[in-house]
Amino acid sequence: MQLNQSLYNQRRRKNAAIMAFSGVASLIGLAVLVWILFVLFSNGLYALDWAIFTEDTPAPGTPGGGLRNAIVGSLIMVGCAVLISTPIGVLAGIYLAEFGDANKTASVTRFVNEVMLSAPSVVLGLFVFAVVVMTMGNFSGYAGMIALSLIAIPVVIKTTENMMRMIPGSLREAAFALGAPHWKVATMVVLRGARAGVITGVLLALARISGETAPLLFTALNNQFFTLDMNGPMANLPVWIYHMAMSPFDNWNELAWAGALLITLTVLAINITARIVFRERVKV
Amino acid sequence: MSEASVEPRNAIEVRNLNFYYGGFHALKTVNLDIIERKVTAFIGPSGCGKSTLLRTLNRMYSLYPGQRAEGLISFYGQNILDEKQDLNLLRARIGMLFQKPTPFPMSIYDNIAFGVKLYEKLSRADMDERVQWALSKAALWNEVKDKLKQSGLSLSGGQQQRLCIARSVAVKPSVLLLDEPTASLDPISTGKVEELVHELKKDYTIAIVTHNMQQAARCSDFTAYMYLGELMEYGATEQIFFKPKRTETEDYITGRFG
Repeated sequence: MQLNQSLYNQRRRKNAAIMAFSGVASLIGLAVLVWILFVLFSNGLYALDWAIFTEDTPAPGTPGGGLRNAIVGSLIMVGCAVLISTPIGVLAGIYLAEFGDANKTASVTRFVNEVMLSAPSVVLGLFVFAVVVMTMGNFSGYAGMIALSLIAIPVVIKTTENMMRMIPGSLREAAFALGAPHWKVATMVVLRGARAGVITGVLLALARISGETAPLLFTALNNQFFTLDMNGPMANLPVWIYHMAMSPFDNWNELAWAGALLITLTVLAINITARIVFRERVKV
Repeated sequence: MSEASVEPRNAIEVRNLNFYYGGFHALKTVNLDIIERKVTAFIGPSGCGKSTLLRTLNRMYSLYPGQRAEGLISFYGQNILDEKQDLNLLRARIGMLFQKPTPFPMSIYDNIAFGVKLYEKLSRADMDERVQWALSKAALWNEVKDKLKQSGLSLSGGQQQRLCIARSVAVKPSVLLLDEPTASLDPISTGKVEELVHELKKDYTIAIVTHNMQQAARCSDFTAYMYLGELMEYGATEQIFFKPKRTETEDYITGRFG
């Protein structure tokens, strides 16, 4: 083989240049992330103490206070949203995966789902405002929960369908070959095999809606007091952070940082959990 | 015990079968008998239609729109190509094993129990017995009896394939269709599976598709040679391999092509 030395050197130089660019690009991305976390921690860690969890949001001008009502409100609305969106999303995902190639309804559903995935959350919030809040005549935790569900459902549908489609056709055929009806093949064999991926999808949807602010602005609004009544405005972290960050009060600003740090840590924890669940499966 | 006095019946009779993948005519007027409690092998070069033919016998092709069969396939007198045929019930009576082992993502015990639970209501003790019986029939019991709760995926390739055999046998079908069952196994596992086929044919009718002519010669009682969608020759294995009637068959057997 005749080696063209100049061509070879040129290729080596190009390779080195591209590697350098990729490396720098990754470092920039990583640096930004680290910077964000650093700023969050340095501002929020100081404000993070037990009072956050035991005291409610303080009235403007009053010192101290915590985020208890906001945390509880968020937990309730996010939790309920996950409870609603998981069965709907998983069942729809199963339908699309198993019957999705056969008919028009399925391809239309899939398309609409894709659109919903990229719909701006503020638009979804306004929609729920018009349909639920105006009808009920008041802002409510229920409306907030519905808005969050509308954001979570498309995520769960997409992940469920993708995970189920990854199960090889030979496994399906083996189940059919034993005389199993289609719904049993779908749930007891395919879904079972895709279980880890589907759970990951639900966790990712959870992480996504934990930090959504816009949809809650027009639905749950906000509440200065602690309440478990979903039939009225409910306190929640993202909207409180927005209020408190923009205010002139020092303790409010501190609480805003603490809230932001809290949400970030929660989302981080959820993502890490999702990875651990997924990794166990791959090992098998 | 005299078997000679009872004339073995045809478990499956294929008459004028034509099969299409969309517009492609894959099987051309196939006529064939599968005799009960005997092993019938389908051999032929790649693309000749042997797997296609096997998959018509349990209507596996019905899972895919665009694939259709015309003609008659009679299973103990019942035409399985009839639209009103209950496919699930049919597949419980005609089982299938695939080339790639396909253990379900559940424990070894549940793998076996899955098929049985579909059509039978057994007590816990009866189910335990059935699982043991099936695993013994597949020559796997001794290797897995202490780890029935472990995932089926934790077994080696050869063991997984035997698990699939146990799973198919557990539902007590009349016919077993084996689609190149040893193609992805090492020689030792292949040997074990071939021994199993020999054992199983005492109770089950078996049809086996194989690329491996020596396997067909070793394992089967009857052989069907297929080429380009047509059944070239069908007869007793000894006759096909030692005194083939058609030159095409002889060419394939002797390795002149394929």
